[in-house]
Amino acid sequence: MSEHESTYVPKTGVEKWLDTRLPIIRFGADYMSLPTPRNLNYWWTFGGILALCLMTQIVTGIVLAMHYTPHVDMAFASVERIMRDVNGGWLIRYVHANGASMFFIAVYLHMLRGLYYGSYKAPREMIWIIGCVIFFLMIATAFLGYVLPWGQMSFWGAEVITNLIGAIPVIGEPILIWLRGGPAIDNATLNRFFSLHYLLPFAILGCVVLHLWALHSAGQNNPVGILIPKDRTKKDMLPFHPYFTLKDGFAIILFLLLFAIFVFYQPNALGHADNYIPANPLQTPAHIVPEWYMLPFYAILRAIPDKFGGVVAMFSAIGVLFVLPWLDTSKVRSMRYRPTMRSFFFIFLVVGVGLGWCGGQLPDAPVIPGFGGVVLLDGNLNSYLWLTRLFTAYYFLFFLVIMPFVGLKETPLPIPATISEPVLTGADAMPALAPASPEKKG
Amino acid sequence: MTMKITVSMTRLIASAAVAVGLLAAAPALAAGGAAHPRSGGFSFEGPFGGYDQGQLQRGYKVYQEVCAACHSMNLMHYRNLGDRHGPFWNPKYPNPNDNPVVKALAAEVQVPDIDSETGEPIQRDATPADKFRSPYPNATAAAAGNGGAAPPDLSVMAKARHDGANYIYSLLSGYRAAPAGLQIRDGQHYNPYMAGDLTPFWTGDKHHVPEGGFIAMPPPLRNGQVTYDDGSPQTVDQYAKDVAAFIAWTSEPKMVERKQAGFGVILFLLIFAGVTYASYRRVWKGVAH
Repeated sequence: MSEHESTYVPKTGVEKWLDTRLPIIRFGADYMSLPTPRNLNYWWTFGGILALCLMTQIVTGIVLAMHYTPHVDMAFASVERIMRDVNGGWLIRYVHANGASMFFIAVYLHMLRGLYYGSYKAPREMIWIIGCVIFFLMIATAFLGYVLPWGQMSFWGAEVITNLIGAIPVIGEPILIWLRGGPAIDNATLNRFFSLHYLLPFAILGCVVLHLWALHSAGQNNPVGILIPKDRTKKDMLPFHPYFTLKDGFAIILFLLLFAIFVFYQPNALGHADNYIPANPLQTPAHIVPEWYMLPFYAILRAIPDKFGGVVAMFSAIGVLFVLPWLDTSKVRSMRYRPTMRSFFFIFLVVGVGLGWCGGQLPDAPVIPGFGGVVLLDGNLNSYLWLTRLFTAYYFLFFLVIMPFVGLKETPLPIPATISEPVLTGADAMPALAPASPEKKG
Repeated sequence: MTMKITVSMTRLIASAAVAVGLLAAAPALAAGGAAHPRSGGFSFEGPFGGYDQGQLQRGYKVYQEVCAACHSMNLMHYRNLGDRHGPFWNPKYPNPNDNPVVKALAAEVQVPDIDSETGEPIQRDATPADKFRSPYPNATAAAAGNGGAAPPDLSVMAKARHDGANYIYSLLSGYRAAPAGLQIRDGQHYNPYMAGDLTPFWTGDKHHVPEGGFIAMPPPLRNGQVTYDDGSPQTVDQYAKDVAAFIAWTSEPKMVERKQAGFGVILFLLIFAGVTYASYRRVWKGVAH
């Protein structure tokens, strides 16, 4: 795409003057006419949705910061004051709080799309790796932000997560004290968390710029997964505007509808009631759980009997994503032509949701109530502990064993030579796989 | 290799999906849970429900005459009583500080202050700008007066408990005699809606541990305790409902604005989605993709 020829012609004198000095209008115009694979389906709309999510969080966050007080005695009341006495404050705060959840819904779907269609493979490794950095920064930012209202879950969530650092041998304890700004979570912790929560979104923004730069350098992937030859640009591509601005726009509005339903009618459904109890360091909640979007990783953390081992597993669950481009040995990008891998992918999907479910349960609770089960090592087989371990095992097996192995062994289906021509050999019998009509798949 | 594996994999996925579905259906709490709250049939439920002003006024009366003896409401000011959709909202007084009812209600209460001339602590009539008076001068005094645990602030109680308003209603009206075989600790009371695990205190059948937990607050409401002047029944059940509605309002004073704004936003988005989809279809007409 980098060699995409500019078609912008400055018309007015001002435009001409500006174009030789700072070709910013040309930059925007070129972006609008960017050749885009015509077969992109609705799973490709989450990039735009995520850009909207980030901007929403930054804008609402800046306004919230004008009214919020980062002090242990005042933070809780200041958040409630925003909801009561600041004009439109309830809206800004609920958009920000629910916006975090919406951001994660979109980012998980965006990542799963990349996984399914092989968007991480050459020449797009850097797009994927920067995306992983963004995801990691998002988790950190969301965690820091959840501490700010200084409710019970804020405080005890911070306690549990910072304690993980303390599990690192030798250097853990000093790092823990340094991070918290003292021996316990207190005002110093809240202050630095507020500062970092304000900083990290701009780091994300910077990474987004790199993400887009890499994207426009390597070119977009597409549901068929083949690289589009240069001589087929005219046939296989459409200008970004108006074709994809409208398609993205429609998807964004549908996403906003979901967002609005939560903000206006279920603003607290995705949160935990305990976070409306002011933080009390002397009273541990019965059941400490992170926000829903962290539950799969929280489950992996608890699956390992050793604390430090759990921390390593949890960070590895994210870390393994960074090396994904080199774990997948298949020459074929899109799982549309990899039926075996596709089946493993859908199991992975179920396992991911299952891990999230397990993360919200007490590890000792029985999976099937009223059924005895058998004790194995440190827990009953009929408990969330062992179900979580099963899912955790699959999570890592999927990336570390299944992905390299299946890539070498499976025989992919015939791949069309271009995205706009149907496959001539055999694949015609399977209309669901016909690359020319991805829309019919829904 | 591919086709056969695909079929068996599909079946595996289907069974995995069923298994996850079954897990989701399993109740989250097995033993020692609290009873599911009864419905208070509140006017503010549903996407269009608003507060019942008469109920909020009665609820304020119950709070003021009963709850406020021990529980603070630190996020509330007397002026809030005259806010739009609040218990004493009067469109004649868009600024609630001017509302005579609110002024009179505030003036009924004495609040601590510092005399601006002498610097001595004094008690004076509250104004609409004052916060609801706290029953105790500080948290330590509140704890000392209540067996070691301060009564929780009630400002956002309906958001701080799952199914808030129904929970408050059920808890307040749900006190009953402890089942035989339950050892009650000193200064504690049995309530089936209170969270907890009674297993350690239960001497009866191990498989039938009673629902609920212990609560330090004795049953706060009696029939006829608060006088209503609008003819509503003066029963514990009605008091509990009314004060639960009042606390729901103090927890979410902007709920009505929120739902009304939401209606407009969603209507707009639906129309916008329709227009965008139509133009999308039109632009893409005849373009194979």
